[in-house]
Amino acid sequence: MRIPCPCCGPRDRREFTYYGASVFLDRPAPDAGLEAWDAYLHLRENPAGVTRDLWYHDPCQSWLEVERNTVTHEILSVCPVAEARA
Amino acid sequence: MSQSHRIPGKGLLIDRARPVRFSFDGRAYQGFSGDTLASALLASGTRLMGRSFKYHRPRGAMTAGSEEPSALVEIHEGAQQTPNVRATVQEIYEGLEARSQNHLGPLAFDLLAVNDWMAPFLSAGFYYKTFMWPRAFWEKLYEPAIRRAAGLGSLSGRHDEAVYEKAFAHCDLLVIGAGPAGLMAALIAARAGADVILADEEVRMGGRLLADQPEVGGQAGPDWAAGVVAELAALPNVRLMTRTTVTGAYDDGTFGALERVSLHRAPGEAPRECFWRIVAQRAILAAGALERPIAHPDNDRPGVMLASGVAGHLAKWGVNPGRVVIFSNNDGGLAAARSLTAQGVEIAAYVDPRPIPVTEDFPVYAGAEVVGTRGRMGLKEVAVRHKGGTSMIEARTLALAGGWNPTLHLTCHLNTRPQWDEKIAAFVPRPGAVPGLSVTGAARGRFSTAACLADGAAVVTEVLADLGLRAPDLPVPGAEDRPYGIAPLWAVDAGGRAWLDFANDVTTKDVKLAAQEGFRSVEHMKRYTTQGMAPDQGKSSNVAALAVLAEATGQGIPATGTTTYRPPFIPVSIAAMGAGGRAEGFAPRRLLTSDARSRAMGAPMIEAGLWYRPSYFPRQGEADWRAACDREVMQVREHVGVADVSTLGKIDVQGADAARFLDLVYTNTMSTLAPGKVRYGLMLREDGFVLDDGTCARLGPEHFLVTTTTAAAGLVMRHMDFVHQAFCGGWDVRMSSVTESWAQFCIAGPKAPALLAVLGINADLPFMGCAPVTVGGVRGRLFRISFSGEQGYEIAVPTRYGAALFDRLVEAAQGLEGCAYGMEALNVLRVEKGFITHAEIHGRVTADDVGLGKMVSGKKDCIGKAASLRPGLTEAGREQLVGLMPVNQGEVLSAGAHLYNERDPATREHNQGYVTSVAPSPTLGCWLGLGFLKDGRARHGQVIRLDDGLRGRKVLVEVCDPVFFDPEGGRMRG
Amino acid sequence: MAELIATPAVTGLPLTIGSVRLAAFDPGPVTAIAPYPGRDLSPVLRFPAPGEVIEEGARRLIWAGRGMAFLTGGPAPDLGGLAAVTDQSDGWVWVTLEGRDVPAVLARLCPLDLRAAAFPVGTSARSVLQHLSVLLIRTGPEAFQIAAYRSMAGTLLHDLSGAMKAVAARAAL
Repeated sequence: MRIPCPCCGPRDRREFTYYGASVFLDRPAPDAGLEAWDAYLHLRENPAGVTRDLWYHDPCQSWLEVERNTVTHEILSVCPVAEARA
Repeated sequence: MSQSHRIPGKGLLIDRARPVRFSFDGRAYQGFSGDTLASALLASGTRLMGRSFKYHRPRGAMTAGSEEPSALVEIHEGAQQTPNVRATVQEIYEGLEARSQNHLGPLAFDLLAVNDWMAPFLSAGFYYKTFMWPRAFWEKLYEPAIRRAAGLGSLSGRHDEAVYEKAFAHCDLLVIGAGPAGLMAALIAARAGADVILADEEVRMGGRLLADQPEVGGQAGPDWAAGVVAELAALPNVRLMTRTTVTGAYDDGTFGALERVSLHRAPGEAPRECFWRIVAQRAILAAGALERPIAHPDNDRPGVMLASGVAGHLAKWGVNPGRVVIFSNNDGGLAAARSLTAQGVEIAAYVDPRPIPVTEDFPVYAGAEVVGTRGRMGLKEVAVRHKGGTSMIEARTLALAGGWNPTLHLTCHLNTRPQWDEKIAAFVPRPGAVPGLSVTGAARGRFSTAACLADGAAVVTEVLADLGLRAPDLPVPGAEDRPYGIAPLWAVDAGGRAWLDFANDVTTKDVKLAAQEGFRSVEHMKRYTTQGMAPDQGKSSNVAALAVLAEATGQGIPATGTTTYRPPFIPVSIAAMGAGGRAEGFAPRRLLTSDARSRAMGAPMIEAGLWYRPSYFPRQGEADWRAACDREVMQVREHVGVADVSTLGKIDVQGADAARFLDLVYTNTMSTLAPGKVRYGLMLREDGFVLDDGTCARLGPEHFLVTTTTAAAGLVMRHMDFVHQAFCGGWDVRMSSVTESWAQFCIAGPKAPALLAVLGINADLPFMGCAPVTVGGVRGRLFRISFSGEQGYEIAVPTRYGAALFDRLVEAAQGLEGCAYGMEALNVLRVEKGFITHAEIHGRVTADDVGLGKMVSGKKDCIGKAASLRPGLTEAGREQLVGLMPVNQGEVLSAGAHLYNERDPATREHNQGYVTSVAPSPTLGCWLGLGFLKDGRARHGQVIRLDDGLRGRKVLVEVCDPVFFDPEGGRMRG
Repeated sequence: MAELIATPAVTGLPLTIGSVRLAAFDPGPVTAIAPYPGRDLSPVLRFPAPGEVIEEGARRLIWAGRGMAFLTGGPAPDLGGLAAVTDQSDGWVWVTLEGRDVPAVLARLCPLDLRAAAFPVGTSARSVLQHLSVLLIRTGPEAFQIAAYRSMAGTLLHDLSGAMKAVAARAAL
């Protein structure tokens, strides 16, 4: 598996650390309530198809939001999280 | 043994001027440089090479390549003893020692051959059906006996100290296989200027051009191939990889490949094998096709081979097969018979079930089948059933030509199944099965030489266009274009046992039995019979087996389908895959600047993450670690001690928003910290549990230095990067790891100020203060913090001065009746003070659980705060940090033990908590423990039972505050 | 008190095996420069794009990670609060690797595409070398400077010399 890091170009997956679904970027407000926080922390889709997840490119220290297909393994887009939620 | 079975003048790969001596089963042999073990044995007249897996049937080589199912041997190189080596792949070298496998007693008189006579009872599913009862017999009797009998070769049981490699390669185009199609494709791509890797598993490139020697463009096939290879070798944009099998196709153009770097030489300095990860923008699979046998009774005798194996052994190594019977169902087999005749081989009979005309120079049995063989240790006669009856024909070799299966395995590695092509009675790859991988030549069912050359050129032209390159005009050389003319014949119906999978001893009867017993899916049949599950993975047998299954179930082949082909294509040694990861290569070693001095002082070094830290510093007369540890603790408490604490993570945080950012990642408020001050801080994970703790020093208005625990340094850096980039990317804050930039030493004890004075440093710094200092002419930093409960400082200098400073500190400490102290003493000191480490903050505790609930500021948000307020994390009954002291002073506590009320049994329902850390305290004269106890803070003074089932230890302990020593902290503040 | 004496990050070099020479390298003071978001440093210095190495006389500005560059060969300029500035002189061990088989040696440890078009002379990359996180600078077709965390100098030496031995032994087959 190779992920195109926006900084460094396509790199072998051994340079990356996986961090789960990218909904982790959508941090609820502190007072959003238990349900919202429970969903944010624990509830995840498990799609056969397009998904978005977080990867850390350890060598350059970029956090990335990667859109990929869990069936074909195709990587559709990669965006630094700093820009994704800027 | 003399090389009695060589044909003079034949053998492209052998150098007759260079004889090579080797041994097989202890017997001396001679071959030539370039021989494989199989070719050298065959040339010496030895056909018997091993015993089969289940029935212990005598077996020899069937093929001339890596698909070999039968001739598996052990290569003996001391610790590197390698089992299940294919004799058809292993090249011989001077002194090579090989042994046959899987027999009890000599190879020719294998006592376990009794299994063969018991065959009627050993059909598929035998083990499942037989060893069911009595149940108690399984573990003690059946399994050990079966395990002894099963398996093929054996290992040495010692470490393999040889060098193995792994390596990465990148190219525009990877061409897999260097037969006519692959060579044509590589040549055109190379001339077009593409970066090409051409990988081939043979020693010499050419594929079937070498074995069959067809004419190409008016030249002999091998000469044409040699010409192309020479041109490619001279080009800077081409890498030729021989002895390299591409083993797997993975995502995004990544391929695995195994190179036999020096397996053809006696072990030396060079790597034995190299496992390549090749990243290719595009790839072309030109792996050719594998010939398949025909299942007929007793088709497994030594001397029964594939026609391609016979032709290959003759062309490449000059092996004379003796009198040959050919059993073929296609025109390729007929062509092989003609070619062998032309090379002087005696064809005793050509047997073909098809009604072909009889106009050959050898006896032809059309509309006929082979129905049996004789010759247990080596083929003697072949029974042929023909129109006139059944004849016994004397022969030394029976060549089976059951048609060809495209070598399409790699196209299935990303989970696509191949499709059935009725015209060639074979599976062919599905286009686009692996993104970026095109298939050409025989690998997609183009079987004539001319078709392969033309297809190679056509496919590479398309691929080059995708790469933005133009294929040069290169005429495709002319070659034979024989029709295939196959009439499928999978198994001869003549009773007896007819083998499909030679490696795992699966016969047509087993497959039929599977169908009969309801295992009608090909995947179920495979698992029931073990068809295709041997080291060869059924390369030459899977298709025939599923054809037999299809017939038995009446489903037809396309509906039956194939089993899944998974990587690797050939067996890959673990040593090659894990190359470089053994011994010192297992993990990086992080060494402290004090490392050399600590070792010189006799300190045993222990691993702390990747770091090596001194355990204790023994002195003469000290019996054990405990004596040294007790002394070091007391010297710190009474005088002064120094310890290297450089392993703590250090993160430099700068910017106008740095304070605001730290308020977000820490539970407590850092923005109110004054410059020149240090504060203890706690970080939570977003789920509310403790992530890490450490100190935060404010070096300037917009400049902080955060320390992390040794264990979590990388984790915290990644976490802070995430919080910054995900939630506040626009803030003016940047972080930089400076863990490696500073050597930092702890100076602890009542004489710490005196020690600093020796170094010329003014110790006049308030508790939890920090300041720049100059020591020995070097600019450093001084922090007044304590992890021991004593008046303590940490002094940091640029790493390059760490070794020198440690020397000074040790000398100064010794001059004050102090010492250097190690991890053991460090642990005792912190347990006495109830300070936590990752033994306590193990990922399942909250700030409140460790008694730091007040550190979660109510005035601001922070990572993990919302979740930390969840009912489950705040309700009564949670396990809270407590101190534990034995009721009887002399008793030993142990970490990992569980806690129970005094009279409760040690069962899960009664569990009250557990012990995380223990330490023998010389200060208090007993063992101390830290642990988590249900509602523990309300239970100080209670006596409970510590129960360590592992060590058989039961100790009554009194629950107390986790701070055992100097609870007011007067010593720390000085 | 007498002056403290500096200890080198690595000992036992240079080392030549086969065609490859591994040597210690002293880049002098190394300053990490990390601009704050949206800041334009161009009045003071040109900040390198990913992979870029800017050479101005003895001074080099090496791209070293996301929004970070290492300045060597000169003192840190006054960036007036436009960027975080951190001294990294002591955090790293630097070596040079030179010789015909250097790409082959690195290919045994590093998953990077080392072809000239993918990794041109005069550019930098962050990657891994076996287990180590490294900064690589290509100084010639067959020459690299490599920086790894200082405490792991021994492992860097072990891994590089192991690959050098294997490549040389293979060439001698």
